[in-house]
Amino acid sequence: MTDLLALIVAKYNYWLYVILMMIGLYAMIAKTNLIKKLVGMNIFQTAIILFYVSIGYKTNATIPIIKNAHDAHGAVIHAADYINPLPHVLMLTAIVVSVATFGVAMALAVRIYQRYQTLEEDELRMRLSEE
Amino acid sequence: MHWPIDLIVLTFVIFCAIAAISVKDLLGTAILFGAYSFMMCLLWAVMGAVDVAFTEASVGAGVSTVFFVAAVFRTSRRTKD
Amino acid sequence: MKLLGFIVVCLTGALLLYGTGEFPDWGDPHSPASLHLSNYYIEKAVEETQVPNLVTAVLADYRGFDTMFETAVIFCAGLACFLLLRDFQEKKERFYRHTPTGIILHVKDAKKTLTVGREFEHMDKEWVPSDLIIKTVCRILIPFIQIFALYVVAHGDFSPGGGFQGGVIFGSSLILLAISYDLKTLVRRVKEKVLGIFAAVGVLIYVGIAAICMPMGGNFLDYSKLAPLIPGDPHHIRALGMLGVEIGVGIAVMAVMAIIYINIVSEGRHDEGL
Repeated sequence: MTDLLALIVAKYNYWLYVILMMIGLYAMIAKTNLIKKLVGMNIFQTAIILFYVSIGYKTNATIPIIKNAHDAHGAVIHAADYINPLPHVLMLTAIVVSVATFGVAMALAVRIYQRYQTLEEDELRMRLSEE
Repeated sequence: MHWPIDLIVLTFVIFCAIAAISVKDLLGTAILFGAYSFMMCLLWAVMGAVDVAFTEASVGAGVSTVFFVAAVFRTSRRTKD
Repeated sequence: MKLLGFIVVCLTGALLLYGTGEFPDWGDPHSPASLHLSNYYIEKAVEETQVPNLVTAVLADYRGFDTMFETAVIFCAGLACFLLLRDFQEKKERFYRHTPTGIILHVKDAKKTLTVGREFEHMDKEWVPSDLIIKTVCRILIPFIQIFALYVVAHGDFSPGGGFQGGVIFGSSLILLAISYDLKTLVRRVKEKVLGIFAAVGVLIYVGIAAICMPMGGNFLDYSKLAPLIPGDPHHIRALGMLGVEIGVGIAVMAVMAIIYINIVSEGRHDEGL
């Protein structure tokens, strides 16, 4: 029993991240409105970014900005005192790309509405097959 | 990192995500999506990723919500499901 | 369809949950992600580049190639929005409102131009009375937001921030001008040609600084070879190269945020908006 409790305490974060990813994936598959699909895609993206950033965390470590950098030249910096900055760098690029994709997708949605007067997937399919 | 803060903010995040995709009004989806972005920013700040939290606060809870509301303004506000 | 989607999602979720059993524990300092390369970055970044913010040091110097293409992606997004939506035909009908009495003139054919006196104002189809409080407060706040954005770009070496965050804040100050007044005010002040030139100049500043390193005898993006060009302490040359590059990113992002907003909210016609 304590074994199970120790397992839950060590891993519950990852389980909640997987649940968030699956919510986003379900919205992309099952919703018929185009903008709801877009919201699902963005939820999926931010859940994956959350998962990556959580890998870099170290207990009893501080944020990755070196303290007193210009006073003590030659002071030794211990790597265990600062959390891992590498996932943060990669995920900054991921957030930038996500907002760029979101802007272009909104422009596409506005264009589709101008042409077909609807944003629902089944109505769109009907109007496309009628042309 | 204090585990009650982590757990409470994660629960809020999951509630906001489920609500954002279930509401039938697209303007409500836009606002809930902004709230979801802001809760994510809080999570990252608690985990120590300050640069990522800053970027998500300015991009997700700022500019992304404005693009969403502008697109809803130019298309329709109701959805079928 | 929904049931099938639900089953697929549950299966994928179960497989992923089974996979989390193999992960390292939460916050473990001996996990494989924290052992090899990141220790080198944490220990050596300050003495090589003189920049305390490790994320900015890795982003703009050690991994500068990725950031260059990220800026190119932002530029392509602005370009795609412009190409998809821009419509150069003016709308056919115009509305004018007589300010003292509230009478609205609806001119159906735009080919006959009507010169109106000073009591008439040109209004959008969805018109709301412009609120004095909102206009005054936003007019006072916008310069302070822009100074804060410039601070975030310049101080990105020492505190959380950097080029991208400062560029987004500056772009959202322009969007605030468009929302609190109306879209025509923004388009008249910051013309479309200026925004397009800024977006391209931002990317070119980045690539230019990276390319100047090559005739000076180094690799592409090797800032340490720029030392003869800039007067000052040669130890800080990598920090100065990073600052120049972040300024390029900030300019490009600011222009692209404004371009995307203007095109989406007015459906490409640049005349009326939120």
